[in-house]
Amino acid sequence: MRSRPVYGELTPRPGSGHLFVADGEGAEAILDLFQKAGAQASSLLEKSHIIYMPGPNGTDFGARLEALGAAQYHRSPSFASAQSRLKKVLADAHMGLQIYLAGTEGLMGQAQRDVIEAGLPHEAVQTEHRGSTVRRVQCVHCKGITENVRTDPIKCSHCGLHLFVRDHYSRRLAAFQGVNIDAEDPGQVPAAVERFK
Amino acid sequence: MGMEFNKETFRKDFTFKNSAKAIKRFPFPFYEDSYMYSVNMEPHVPGPKGSVFEPMFDVDEHYVAEMQDRAMVLAEDPLRCQSLPHMTLAGWDLLELIMESKARDYPEWFELHKDGHNWHWINRPLGIDQKFTFLDESTLPYGPMEYITRQSQGDFTLQDQRDDNLWIEAGMVTTQADWSLDFDIGMSFHEWHAPVPRAHELGVFDRALKFLLKLQHGAPVRRFNWTLTVDPLLDTSPENYPKWGPMRADISPENVGERMYLRVELQTLHRLPRSNAIAFPIRCYLIRFDDLVTVPKWGRRLHRVLRDIPEDLATYKGFLRNRDSLVKWLSQYDDGAPTSTGWMAD
Ligand code: HEM
Repeated sequence: MRSRPVYGELTPRPGSGHLFVADGEGAEAILDLFQKAGAQASSLLEKSHIIYMPGPNGTDFGARLEALGAAQYHRSPSFASAQSRLKKVLADAHMGLQIYLAGTEGLMGQAQRDVIEAGLPHEAVQTEHRGSTVRRVQCVHCKGITENVRTDPIKCSHCGLHLFVRDHYSRRLAAFQGVNIDAEDPGQVPAAVERFK
Repeated sequence: MGMEFNKETFRKDFTFKNSAKAIKRFPFPFYEDSYMYSVNMEPHVPGPKGSVFEPMFDVDEHYVAEMQDRAMVLAEDPLRCQSLPHMTLAGWDLLELIMESKARDYPEWFELHKDGHNWHWINRPLGIDQKFTFLDESTLPYGPMEYITRQSQGDFTLQDQRDDNLWIEAGMVTTQADWSLDFDIGMSFHEWHAPVPRAHELGVFDRALKFLLKLQHGAPVRRFNWTLTVDPLLDTSPENYPKWGPMRADISPENVGERMYLRVELQTLHRLPRSNAIAFPIRCYLIRFDDLVTVPKWGRRLHRVLRDIPEDLATYKGFLRNRDSLVKWLSQYDDGAPTSTGWMAD
């Protein structure tokens, strides 16, 4: 699906500062990056700010990340609780800030959106998908977002309609599209299958 | 000219009806007896007198009723009209293009008087008389795009051009074939086309984008798209799919002629002068199957197109479940006689 972003692999880049935002297994992408940085790692860490939250599957590698010894390390219980901090950091950003996003698509998509809104160049952002493949889904009918979707179909957590989870993806919403699956034949809802883990 | 505008509805009791004249000038979209996606664009130059191509923006007997339907959709769901902040200038460009075109092509209905930036717009069919200052939003009751597209049939989107791509960043979308502006706004050309089957692989979107990036002001182009709709419902939005989806299950061999409609979109593309954006009007024409088959060539051809269309396209366009009934019904109007190439009736 051409509307879905393509994710890469985090690599250290020269910059005036380094902002990392990760959830769950995304922590390991950051650990790997510092491994790759080798002798540069300690000078990189002096200019690094890491914002981390556990993954939707419960994975929490916070202690390992904290042990890296970055200039700033912050653990949040969720993206929602980290967001005001992230926005402040982005608003204060200097030219040359490098941004590294790692973990689930939902986390990267939402953080990316804040980066764009802050007017920072998208070339400064790297992404790496790790861990859970659960989806953020927007109900096209009521517009509510259901987080951490594992199955298809799902029940919209706002309006209760049964939704088919499409692959069509909106970066602006950082969400996949959910469309009523039994619209044509009300009541005929296929059994939910676990498609995203 | 003195055309009467129909009093009709596109919802609930569905009193929409095409006059004999509207049937005759219906833009039948199939050039031959089969259909596949292609880069089907041609210059949007004035066509034969009386055709939907004669003016820049066709105004027909459904004008007033369509504008009433649009107002109802917007009252229910204001997200059908959105414009990202940097698109206001493109909105003014569009307003100018539509006002100038309509005043030129239909002087008995529309007038535009300019004195510098002081403009005076008269729209007689809708009873509008508006003095405003061009490029000053505070002098209009809506933003410029919303103001003018509440007075123009068809959907409209505005694409910003940057980074060698087009970005859909404003639109008025109330008569759409099942896509959501609210979901797609902000996407690039290949992103918003992502759900379309086959066309990416065929290279249609790569070539179309390359062509559009070089589109010149004053040299608009046009293309057709089509689908099928049950009942003359303009607002087949994904937002309201739970409301109209069940109508698809109503189709039976007995009611095909009366309730199935061919839905044709005449799409034009215009480079805008100040913003360098591209305007994309998507004008929707509906024709009941019963009326369509009164032109023998159209009946024969539609039968062959629907019978032979690949299943993934029929699925994407949403009529796979009814295809067999439709083809069976249409087969009554196909005697196997050869058809001439081109759109014109034989
Ligand atoms: C720049 C203005 C254009 C806009 C805003 C636009 C928008 C769209 C949208 C929203 C869809 C529906 C996608 C979905 O399923 O969600 C679509 C479908 C499509 N578009 Fe475009 N489009 C544009 C130009 C073009 C051009 C120039 C071409 C080809 C020459 C093209 C070819 C198609 C095709 C083949 C489909 C599938 C239609 C169907 O089978 O019903 N589009 N377009």
